[in-house]
Amino acid sequence: MSLRPERQAPPEFFYNETEARKYTTSSRIIDIQAKLTERALELLALPDDGVPRLLLDLGCGSGLSGETLSEHGHQWIGLDISQSMLDIALEREAEGDLLLSDIGQGLGLRPGTMDGAISISAVQWLCNADKSCNHPRTRLKQFFGSLYKCLARGARAVLQIYPENAPQLEMISAAALRCGFSGGLVVDYPHSTRAKKYFLCLMCGPPSTSTSLPKAKGLDRGSESEGSSDPDEEAGTVDILERKRPSKKQKDKKGKGRSWVLKKKEQRRHRGYTNVPQDTKYTGRKRKSQF
Amino acid sequence: MRLITHNMLSCNIKGVTNGYPLGIEASRLETKESELNPEFLRKIFPKLEWKALRDAAHSLGLNDLPEHVEPSMLEDADFLKNFHHALLEVHLEEGALICPETGRRFPVTKGVPNMLLNEDEV
Repeated sequence: MSLRPERQAPPEFFYNETEARKYTTSSRIIDIQAKLTERALELLALPDDGVPRLLLDLGCGSGLSGETLSEHGHQWIGLDISQSMLDIALEREAEGDLLLSDIGQGLGLRPGTMDGAISISAVQWLCNADKSCNHPRTRLKQFFGSLYKCLARGARAVLQIYPENAPQLEMISAAALRCGFSGGLVVDYPHSTRAKKYFLCLMCGPPSTSTSLPKAKGLDRGSESEGSSDPDEEAGTVDILERKRPSKKQKDKKGKGRSWVLKKKEQRRHRGYTNVPQDTKYTGRKRKSQF
Repeated sequence: MRLITHNMLSCNIKGVTNGYPLGIEASRLETKESELNPEFLRKIFPKLEWKALRDAAHSLGLNDLPEHVEPSMLEDADFLKNFHHALLEVHLEEGALICPETGRRFPVTKGVPNMLLNEDEV
């Protein structure tokens, strides 16, 4: 399997002119992005009154997702870090306003102004430390903190992401919750490696009965799933993330006992250090306090 | 970039408390017509900082926005037309946005403001 884009270069360099053009002219990618945006809009649950809203498109790239937003009649502001991608968006006459910015630095928008925010395939890029001054956790905090502030009350943010692994997914979700969001993860087609899509659905404010998480796709839509048609596909999983999660590690913080010392010595021996002293009855024994 | 976006933008530099609204230096403007949607205008109006919008419109040479807006004016077709034009039809293509506190310039090229912050500004 080829290397993930996030592993090859920072986004403003990976999406150079050639790559940007390749990305935007691929009919497969256009199709996928359109589908993802439609799904994100569905999850955004905007009121069905036909009134256009002001939305944020984070990591708007070449405007593929923005096009879907415009088709639904909404006004949008797109942010992206790659000048080449934005150039293509301009070529395609994207209807939203575009900003060349780094969402990991914060959004720079006035509080309570946005009716909703979507992001298609972008937020996982924040997990890389591309510059020595970048610290992913700080960037995630800046991003989610400023996103929370600029959303209007009751507005939602739907972020479609491609997390590299479970810890990365956890890092992103935890950062969002710490900034005051409630909500959870909607996983469409969870049993198909190719079709599986993660949508982080975030709501401003505490959870209530009216803001229950939407159902995930992949229920009995065997014919709609991409890849092999698996008749055994079950319902998508929806995890509700709470702010207080039970701590899995109950660390004994009252000093490091003998068992810990023995474990550590064993580790060092295993790693090949030969100067580790023998384990005796004196190892890790409680010493008389000197003070 | 249209004035609707400018009205939402604030300077994001670390330590800046008074980063709104951004000053505008316009070297090139363009007008692109778009459909007037009164419902949208009425919905977005409460979110806007009217004074900032009016000042921004002034700096672009648009002087037909009133100083105060009564709710009844949102039903008036003429006012809506001017409002729509200033908010959504005038595009700043080349120029700069200026932070009111630090004076830092965010250049605007091809209608896209460059809001990237330097390492020491984050």
